[in-house]
Amino acid sequence: MMEDFIPVFDFHQVVVAPWTEHLPLFGWVALMGFFVAAACGLVGNYLILRRMALMGDAVSHSVLPGLVIAFLLSNSRGTLPMFIGALVAGAVTTVLIELIHRNSRVKQDAAIGIAFSALFAVGVLLVSLYADKIDLDADCVLFGEIAFVPLEAQVMLGSWALGPESVVRMGLVLVAVGTGVIVFYKELLVSSFDAGLSRTLGINPAVFHYGLMAMLSIVVVGAFEAVGAILVIAMLILPGATASLLTTRLGVIHLLSLAQALVCSMAGVMLGVWLDCSIAAAMVLAGAGLFVLAWIFSPTQGLLQRWRRH
Amino acid sequence: MSRGPTPKVERVVPNAFERRDPAPNKRVGVNALHRPLLWFFALLATSAVARAAGVNDLARGGDGFWVQAARFASLTDPSVRYALAGALLLGLGCGLLGGFIVVRKMALVGDALSHAVLPGVAAGFLWAGTKDPVAIFIGATIAGLLGTATVSAITSTTRLKEDTALGLVLTSYFALGICMLTMIQRLPNGNQSGIGTFLFGQAAALGADDIGLMSIVTAAVVGVVLLGYKELLVTSFDPGFARSAGLPTAWIHHTLMFLLAAAVVVALQAVGVVLVSAMLITPAAAAYLLTDRLHRMLLLAAGFGMVSGVVGAFGSFVGQGLPTGPLMVLAASTVFAGAFLFGPRHGVIARWWRQRSERGRTRRENALKAMFHLWEEDDFGPEGVALNDFAQRRRSTLEEIGVVVRELATHDLVTLDREMVYFTPAGRLRAGEIVRNHRLWELYLTESANIAPDHVHDDAERIEHVLGEATVRALERRLNYAKIDPHGKLIPSPRELHRAEHDALERPAGPGRSGGGEGGRS
Repeated sequence: MMEDFIPVFDFHQVVVAPWTEHLPLFGWVALMGFFVAAACGLVGNYLILRRMALMGDAVSHSVLPGLVIAFLLSNSRGTLPMFIGALVAGAVTTVLIELIHRNSRVKQDAAIGIAFSALFAVGVLLVSLYADKIDLDADCVLFGEIAFVPLEAQVMLGSWALGPESVVRMGLVLVAVGTGVIVFYKELLVSSFDAGLSRTLGINPAVFHYGLMAMLSIVVVGAFEAVGAILVIAMLILPGATASLLTTRLGVIHLLSLAQALVCSMAGVMLGVWLDCSIAAAMVLAGAGLFVLAWIFSPTQGLLQRWRRH
Repeated sequence: MSRGPTPKVERVVPNAFERRDPAPNKRVGVNALHRPLLWFFALLATSAVARAAGVNDLARGGDGFWVQAARFASLTDPSVRYALAGALLLGLGCGLLGGFIVVRKMALVGDALSHAVLPGVAAGFLWAGTKDPVAIFIGATIAGLLGTATVSAITSTTRLKEDTALGLVLTSYFALGICMLTMIQRLPNGNQSGIGTFLFGQAAALGADDIGLMSIVTAAVVGVVLLGYKELLVTSFDPGFARSAGLPTAWIHHTLMFLLAAAVVVALQAVGVVLVSAMLITPAAAAYLLTDRLHRMLLLAAGFGMVSGVVGAFGSFVGQGLPTGPLMVLAASTVFAGAFLFGPRHGVIARWWRQRSERGRTRRENALKAMFHLWEEDDFGPEGVALNDFAQRRRSTLEEIGVVVRELATHDLVTLDREMVYFTPAGRLRAGEIVRNHRLWELYLTESANIAPDHVHDDAERIEHVLGEATVRALERRLNYAKIDPHGKLIPSPRELHRAEHDALERPAGPGRSGGGEGGRS
């Protein structure tokens, strides 16, 4: 049974073919993976800095009911209703969490757990109730279907095919997030590290908090179809966590997380082809592998370094 | 050795150690059985009624809601019996453990653990070659424990914070699990494995083996909680104290994590990987809002867990294959919302009501105070206060002051007689107390805290409403029973206020004809 389980490693099939003869297929998958991981990574870096990593967990689960309700109301999978649905769901989650832990003695961690699981449960129920109307199945909600990206309708710009719909959409999201990070670099930096200082500088930290939450919702909904509700958390946290093992400069962290995104999307495609498993999950595994490498070999806080010092 | 940061510990810890006789604990044990037993009997009763009514014959006819509901209640279907037993066991085990999870602030550890078991599920399946509950149980428990060990390894060796580490472990293990599951589905025997039910739960898919395993784990949980209640309680609320008392805190923590992993794993089949953490957190958090005592909280949490479990199993059965997990979680969330809104002490409505009545009291007391000032300027004369003066003093119109006075009158603090307002004895006493609190506090701030006399008024405005009798006595002692406040005004003395009230009661004739004025002046 084990032989069936882990297929033979065929160098050409796994390492070469995806980038040569199967490029039209896996090229889009890898690009989508990179867009998702990069956009998530940029937002996720701030979540890690602000110790809100689990906010990403919460929002990524709770956009599901937003998506499903937007779909049922608008009866389409148009981009705009989906984004609006996700934004509303993200806002509802953050407000619910605040509401619960401000107005009762339930701590924030428990409040996060309660709010997102309730919303996610609503989403899953709606998906199973209206399964015939929604082409989302419950499993895809969890780990996405990035492998189907190349099969989507192409976005046409005049007579020139840009690429599959979701890839183009995610590319736009990445551009928007990247621009936001560059334009508001200073403001985000200050408000993440020192809310008091940022207030004296005339930067309202609340504005950036909610702006970040909005960005998080947008990124999550863009990534949702490709990687699902749970793997998105990895995309949010893994690049930043890996990078912050290696450096302390925020700018460098951003660049490293982009690099991490590129490596894990390509390695993920190859791993997925080899093992014939969910490519999104394989990308996360590749990212986790990079994290473990950084954990062991990091020059400042790596395990090897610690072991040598003792 | 500090006695612990929260007032709860102050109360709870001495109880746990001073009460050596087992009798009170025994009473707790009986209580523990009380609630679930009640539900169990209620359930039996409905099923007996359903059987007596012969709904089984009906059930074969169609599958409308009531027919399905009756089939569920009659318990004739073995899958219903298993689902129900599973839901009850799950609710009990998760509720009890969840109580500790919530008070130890480890809510998201449960979440991470429940996602981390997935590769273990797949490994157990691969190892046994079929969906063997025992193999899956062993694999998943190991994976869950490995996951929590990874979290603590990351937080202790790097600068990453716990939330990041939890998120990392949660998704990485989950991704590994998904990888393995999608690979299993490719195998010849993988498709009929029904391993997909592990994601969202299907209580109807529970078999006799699963129930057996669940009973063992739940029994272990109940046993550990009953036997080690004291130890768990102390380590949960004050780990430092527990260590100094010689308790093996690390071992207790590991035991708890092991039980948690086992409970999560046996619950998977019924609730699914994704939502099992909610069955740990939500019922326990609801219970946490309703009581301050840990044993009551655990009982409530177990009760809520079982109710949610049964509702979920019922909904999934009636709803024809709806996933059980989300239904259970929604039931639990409804319970939580109820506790959050309507909880008698910590509920939002109760708090809102308290705040409202607090604000009302402050408003009334401020009006009384203004009236006292007017009366004072009149040298505590026998006449009441003219409504006009009162309105002018409060800078409001006659209508507005009329509303205030009527409110005071409904509380029996003043009486209104032809445009004149008179204190009732109770109103005069309260007004005097407020003015006394205010001036005493001003004096205290200027005397003891060296604050300039013109800076103390605002502070006194706030504190005059909340100073208790004991604090006032202490302040008076400290200030040597001073009579004059920093602004040269008289501080009404409580003894005289009381005497004034007494006199007023002896001579109830005519509003305002009282000896209170003389009492205040002397």
